[in-house]
Amino acid sequence: MDATQTKDMYTEEFLINMGPQHPSTHGVLSLELKLDGETIRGCTPHIGYLHRSMEKIAENRTFTQFIPFTDRLDYVASMNNNLGYVMAVEKLLNLEISERAKYIRVIIAELNRIASHLIATGTFAQDLGAFATPLFYCFREREKIVEIFDQICGNRLTYNYMRIGGVMADLSGEIIEKIKEFIEYMRPKIDDYDELITYNVIFLARSKHIGVLSKEMAINYSVTGPNLRGSGVKWDLRKDEPYLVYDKLEFDVPVGENGDAWDRYKVRIEEMRQSLRIIEQAIESLPQGDVTVKVGRVHKPSVSETYFRTENPRGELGFYIVGDGSVYPYRLKIRSPSFSNLAVLPELVKDIKVADIVCVLGSFDVLMGEIDR
Amino acid sequence: MLSILTIIWALIVGIIVLGFIAASAMFLIWWERKVSAHIQSRYGPMRVGWHGVLQSVADAVKLLLKENIIPAEADKLVWWLAPFIAVVPPVMAFVVLPFGKNLIVKDLNVGVLYLMALSSVSVIGIFMAGWGSNNKYSLIGGMRSAAQIISYELPLILSMIIVAMQAGSLSMQKIVLAQAGCWNIFHPNLAIAFFVYLTSATAEINRVPFDIPEAESELVAGFHTEYSGMKFAMFFIGEYTNLFIISAIAATLFFGGWQGPVLPGVVWFLIKSYGIVFVLMWVRWTFPRLRVDQLMGFAWKVLTPISFFNLALTGWLLIK
Repeated sequence: MDATQTKDMYTEEFLINMGPQHPSTHGVLSLELKLDGETIRGCTPHIGYLHRSMEKIAENRTFTQFIPFTDRLDYVASMNNNLGYVMAVEKLLNLEISERAKYIRVIIAELNRIASHLIATGTFAQDLGAFATPLFYCFREREKIVEIFDQICGNRLTYNYMRIGGVMADLSGEIIEKIKEFIEYMRPKIDDYDELITYNVIFLARSKHIGVLSKEMAINYSVTGPNLRGSGVKWDLRKDEPYLVYDKLEFDVPVGENGDAWDRYKVRIEEMRQSLRIIEQAIESLPQGDVTVKVGRVHKPSVSETYFRTENPRGELGFYIVGDGSVYPYRLKIRSPSFSNLAVLPELVKDIKVADIVCVLGSFDVLMGEIDR
Repeated sequence: MLSILTIIWALIVGIIVLGFIAASAMFLIWWERKVSAHIQSRYGPMRVGWHGVLQSVADAVKLLLKENIIPAEADKLVWWLAPFIAVVPPVMAFVVLPFGKNLIVKDLNVGVLYLMALSSVSVIGIFMAGWGSNNKYSLIGGMRSAAQIISYELPLILSMIIVAMQAGSLSMQKIVLAQAGCWNIFHPNLAIAFFVYLTSATAEINRVPFDIPEAESELVAGFHTEYSGMKFAMFFIGEYTNLFIISAIAATLFFGGWQGPVLPGVVWFLIKSYGIVFVLMWVRWTFPRLRVDQLMGFAWKVLTPISFFNLALTGWLLIK
């Protein structure tokens, strides 16, 4: 305890438990804050309030049965979780899927990336006190994506759409028209966000030079996703370890300069633009064909293990699966991006104001569902 | 005999003023919900009455019936008194608001000074609420509020003094009459004073972008976190009455008060006041919030120097 005592003023640190019930801890995160007035002297995140022992459950489910559970990891980007898991299983089984299914997966994954970044943008602005207006705008746009997903797979939040060997249902011409309409609708909306929040003077004052994450620190803490790219590291699995058909599509990897909260936010905004580009190209070159390859209901991999990672909206999502020759995985380990991203938080919030911890946490866009698993 | 008549008269005036305050606060709450809803591309309250116009009444009834929860270890007396102290100064401010040519409770010859004094009192209520709640978030909210209101008092008062200098009087009615030919807002130096006034007044009543005492994303609800039921409603009424008052003062000091063509004075006064209220609502639902140190910096490094410069400029213009 480094309380300071001067001649006529005595101050003492005090402890605040921010969360698990708190408007801006993005779920059930609990932060134990040591405060000296308004200044943070120490921060310890406590996790585990949403633990559902996903990894253990996986050991008692067949590979197909576990797909709906991946929906509940990162529940605002369920499609991407589905994708990461089924691709890991396909790698384990050495399964090659059809070309059309690959394109559909890219379209769906990028749509969900936009939906996820919209939530990140809206909640970040809300955390900085722009009360509800950007959030509502972002949700208005997200609603369009959710409606498309609803039409594709019948669900608005937990999709269970990807299948081992393809996808659940084909994209009809009507849905493709809807997606095209959405692209036209979304482009000017992102410019609107730039006008409303990105370059707002107060927004800049609040988020520039706050929570600066250096390149080295980001790599040492294995921070991934937009948070890593915000620090200026050009690392995107879609470019650097291309899976599906990302190597055939043209897109840029936006990076930040300073690694502050604003850069992380800006990377997300730019990524939405890039995702729209990807979807547009994927729809243009969507081949005809089946969306699933014929595989059995249960899969029996040989005694083997595999690790596969995909670029989730929040960073690298990895699945490590050990097969023991039975229909169940022997062990399934999930490497969730938010967990590593959250670990760097205590380093960034020392000696800043209590209002800024909300800003830093919001800019990291962590999601408790995949931290606790 | 005379004294009884005076008392009855005072009672009637009091009831009218209190009735207006309650009606105005309820209307403003409904209006703010509607304005915010339309800004955010949604409808807002739609169920109770025409376009949800009775929503505030329903909410008030709900709050009246709610259980009154006192937090454990709260400083009971302070905790009980705080909502009343927060709501009394805005009610008292109605004494000097000129609604029309003869429609004023009492045209004090120190009207502006009286308003300045009242604006300092409401901070005590907020601070008491923060202290009495025995909640760390509330305490931080109360401390922030005290610091903020004291900082913004200076530019607020300085900008009001400029108007008093221009009119040569502290009486609200005389200030209105002095603007008969040309509203104050059309003088460049008074236009600056208006913007300083509006900014500091927004800070005084803790609205976005200066709402740090009740910053939801950090402090849950700041000083009124622990309040429920009618006590919470008192803070709410106080807040929205304050919103009307700062707009009404702005209308009186800078926009010619009740003066205007064709329509009766009171209508002009209400149009102007609620127009400024609308601007403040618009601001609230658009901007993010400043951080506490940036907020203080803005008051002391930007607004206060501008006000002093403006004060000197006005003095020079008047002597010239």
